[in-house]
Amino acid sequence: MEPATLQRVIDRAGLDQLLAAIARRGFRLIGPAVRDGVIVYDDISSSADLPAGWTDEQDGGHYRLRRRDDDALFGYAVGPQSWKRYLFPPTSVVWRSARDKDAGQDPGGAADGDANGAPDGAAGAGAPMAFIGVRSCELRAIAIQDRVFLGGQHTDPVYAGRREGVFLVAVNCGQAAATCFCVSMDAGPKAESGFDLALTELLDGERHEFLVEIGTGRGADVMSEVAGRPAGRTETQAADRVTEQTAASMGRHLDTGGIKDLLYGNFENPRWDDVAGRCLTCGNCTMVCPTCFCFSITDVTDLAGTEAEQQRSWDSCFTMDHSYIHGGSVRASSRSRYRQWMTHKLATWIDQFGTSGCVGCGRCITWCPVGIDITEEAAAIRASDGATGEEGHGDA
Amino acid sequence: MHPVTEPVTEPIAGPIAGPIAGPVRAPWLDREPWRVAATRPESHDTVTLELEPPPGRAFSFRPGQFNMLYVFGIGEVPISVSGDPAADGPVRHTIRDIGAVTHALCTRQPGQEVGVRGPYGTHWPLAEAEGGDVVVVAGGVGLPPLRPALYHLLAHRDRYRRIALLYGARTPADLLFPEELACWRGRFDVEVEVIVDAASGDWRGDVGVVPELVGRVPFDPPATTAFVVGPEVMMRFTIRALTRAGLSRDQIFLSAERNMQCATAMCGHCQLGPFLVCRDGPVFCYQALAPWFARREA
Repeated sequence: MEPATLQRVIDRAGLDQLLAAIARRGFRLIGPAVRDGVIVYDDISSSADLPAGWTDEQDGGHYRLRRRDDDALFGYAVGPQSWKRYLFPPTSVVWRSARDKDAGQDPGGAADGDANGAPDGAAGAGAPMAFIGVRSCELRAIAIQDRVFLGGQHTDPVYAGRREGVFLVAVNCGQAAATCFCVSMDAGPKAESGFDLALTELLDGERHEFLVEIGTGRGADVMSEVAGRPAGRTETQAADRVTEQTAASMGRHLDTGGIKDLLYGNFENPRWDDVAGRCLTCGNCTMVCPTCFCFSITDVTDLAGTEAEQQRSWDSCFTMDHSYIHGGSVRASSRSRYRQWMTHKLATWIDQFGTSGCVGCGRCITWCPVGIDITEEAAAIRASDGATGEEGHGDA
Repeated sequence: MHPVTEPVTEPIAGPIAGPIAGPVRAPWLDREPWRVAATRPESHDTVTLELEPPPGRAFSFRPGQFNMLYVFGIGEVPISVSGDPAADGPVRHTIRDIGAVTHALCTRQPGQEVGVRGPYGTHWPLAEAEGGDVVVVAGGVGLPPLRPALYHLLAHRDRYRRIALLYGARTPADLLFPEELACWRGRFDVEVEVIVDAASGDWRGDVGVVPELVGRVPFDPPATTAFVVGPEVMMRFTIRALTRAGLSRDQIFLSAERNMQCATAMCGHCQLGPFLVCRDGPVFCYQALAPWFARREA
């Protein structure tokens, strides 16, 4: 492998050529943009739509946009949204059918023509999407959701239809937020694989360039239409320094050593009562989490009751309904629901899907209205490993 | 350097590249319209639906597995198959009327349709139990998921040693399948014990709770397999009684209940610690489930 052939340097005009070249191939461009005081992922058409000169200031329960003293296009960490909303939409229709008027029967749901389709299936996904500015932690999050929706015995057609062929332009992080801990989760800050192209923004005085790593053949194809130059040693070293500095300035840290056994062994740790005293069970953490995948399915009919559809929407393990079975909710206390979420994210996910469910993006910390910090909670459990409450639960 | 995430069981693939193999069909599109061939009231709140697969559709299941039953415009619920796994013809599902969807199911009439997809989930270890004693313990509406296992045990009676059915219900009016219970009770090769929580003066049977029955039937603990289904508290105390009688955790199997909406290991509702009940259950060996089953609000 000859690095020089896989790494090129482009300027901002080159970035616009790059975006145009992707768009010419039929992709819908989605990238970061400032909306309502936050950086979201939305449709973009050129680099002019990117959050030039903006950065984000984050901490537990705190997010503010701040002006940078340069024109960095990717000079922020992560906003409240993740790419999840594009691959696994917050709401979708997964099944639709009409009552058979002649026979007066209720169709059970066999696909017989247009009446019984998957409206948001592969055919309904629209133009293939190109994600511009995917962070390393977000690439990992996508890989984790791939396992849930595509990696098991069953495949989700809504996710598959949107996921297939997505063009991924990664951005290596130039700064870490105070809430970032991707290094702890081995998920960043440098995108190592799984992208078509990966950019590192190089800002140095008057210089504003991007080092582009080519990850796939179609990435190379796009780059063939972009003016630039092969990357030299200076530029690759500069890019390495960018991610090294980011890695060294992680705002948070989570010790994952033996974390599965740690959490399995601390089901009755009194720390869960402590966090339950602060947790509002609002579910914000699950909405902003790029890997949380729980959904619920609701039947909706027209007024006449002749047409029905099943609507799928994001659900949260912080609701009482999530664990409801006849007789009541399995997890009725906020203690048990926070414990479920954190234990799932960091521990049971490993048994369920072969990987941690956390990528260290820090969104759950920032967007928690009371600033509950998963890294702090995990550390507190570790510090009090083996403690149990006064009440002895269980009879095993 | 901070410690990194524990090694995953297989290297995590980067985001997939290239086309996804084959056309992707939604699990919920595998749902087919099955016709209600017959309905049979089993008690004041429980009904058995005999559902006929579409012509040409061969359906087979293993005892303990469940189907997702859908009523147009109302919703979908997981229901264990309650009929004979060896029988052809309509497939039986015994349903207790406890919510909007189960009410709609319980009031279906012959000729109407129900959407069916399945079967899903794990099954009772009937082959592994051969050569030993089998104790089947059911509480309330826990009997229907065990009935296919009982049919199998009795159809292959020579492969097992002693067979016992211990069944408890809230009141005599809640007892399911009374004719079959009487029939099995009349056999010389099955022990059947029935108990109710509460009864009026005209009940001549036992009053009490199911775990009490464990001590009443003979079995050889080292060579016994137990299948248990019922409310969680009943299963807890039954497991305790079986354990005291000498069974080890790996000889006890139970069927767990959790909220299930997709049955395809995606919706997240049926989590029970490290397990997804629709994928890893509903039938579990207690050896694996014990650390989580004994915990409240897991």
